[in-house]
Amino acid sequence: MTAPTPTAVSPGRAGWLLVLRDLRLGLRRPGEWLQPLVFFLVVTTLFPLATDPQMSRLRDMAPGALWVAALLSSLLALELLFREDGQDGSLEQLAVSGLPLSWLLLAKTCVHWLLTGLPLVLAAPIVATALGAPYAAIPGVLAALLLGSVTLSLIGAVGAGLTLGLRRGGVLLALLVLPLAVPVLIFGARATALAIALEPMAAPMYLLGAIAVLSATLAPLAAAAAVRISLE
Amino acid sequence: MTLLVADNLHLWRGELHVLRGLSFSVAAGRCLQVTGVNGAGKSTLLRALAGLLPLESGSVHWRGKDTRADHYAFHSELAWLSHGTALKGDLSAPENLRFSAGLRRQFTPADVDAALAHVGFPHSDGRLARQMSAGQQRRVALARVLLLDCALWLLDEPTSNLDTRGQDMFGQILSAHLERGGLAIIATHQALAVPAARLQGLELS
Repeated sequence: MTAPTPTAVSPGRAGWLLVLRDLRLGLRRPGEWLQPLVFFLVVTTLFPLATDPQMSRLRDMAPGALWVAALLSSLLALELLFREDGQDGSLEQLAVSGLPLSWLLLAKTCVHWLLTGLPLVLAAPIVATALGAPYAAIPGVLAALLLGSVTLSLIGAVGAGLTLGLRRGGVLLALLVLPLAVPVLIFGARATALAIALEPMAAPMYLLGAIAVLSATLAPLAAAAAVRISLE
Repeated sequence: MTLLVADNLHLWRGELHVLRGLSFSVAAGRCLQVTGVNGAGKSTLLRALAGLLPLESGSVHWRGKDTRADHYAFHSELAWLSHGTALKGDLSAPENLRFSAGLRRQFTPADVDAALAHVGFPHSDGRLARQMSAGQQRRVALARVLLLDCALWLLDEPTSNLDTRGQDMFGQILSAHLERGGLAIIATHQALAVPAARLQGLELS
């Protein structure tokens, strides 16, 4: 038997197939990825009810409410990222597939963001308006949440990989991920506050962008290492 | 031709010294059957060979190269099957194969049907994996091993949940694999229906 068969698949195509598979699985189980979105909507709509419904007050609170809800909602979704694949042996198969594990996990993280992060971004205009943000602020709010949610998914993948083998990893996962997510929260909320005040928001956006690029480069490698440790 | 050489493997699991200086080699067209009482470390050995567990000391060479040094080359020729069948409950058998084996090999839908026919799975069966019995899931997982078309099979209890006909089927696909010059390392207590000349045993204690 001669070595590597000529019909081997390129990493690009393998990643694409993994994206298609996870999307198909996600669409067959809408309940799982709708949950974080519902959580986000519920928390942000409860805020005006629980506080003074004066528009100016709401507007001051909007960035904080929006971002804390987005962060907690992304934490809630993280447990779904690798848990099932870890239990049924799929991650093992990926780890011994002869393909770069970090690349395959990046593909999985992308789908995870599409199913749990993107819905938050799409819901943000409604939520921001409900919290008293002017229409002119919507593009800025969207841009900040777009960058921030991508980063949160990437950072979260590392934590999800590390807590893979634990039966009740939820609390530990939060403890691991939150410190790394705090800069995203700070700069994201700052950018949103500036957007709502209709002021230039370039400075925090640059920092958010820098964190996003940094996590896109390093997080998949760290997640792959974490998953390999968890599979031992 | 000896393709896989394991030399002086040592491995600890916590306080337990599971593998104690294990050495063996497997040639093309041969099957190594790993036996031993429960907890003797059969799965541990297989996971260590696959590179899922780090070895304390010792080395595994594949085609003369250390598998730790170049694990991509080794893994590209490895078909791995453990207790987890790695099937997605919400996908049908062909979908499961198309996505899981398709990550590594290119094949046509006809190849998928052929592999399913080989393992005795009715290809008209459109059920999702979660609706199948454990034995049927095992058959689909074995179909993936066939589709991957790898030189080395590392299988942990591949015949668990299989009925007697399923065991015969496994003997046939294994014999055909060895006939083509493939290797297999299998942890199982059940007798493997392959010619004695192709079989070697390893008992862990």
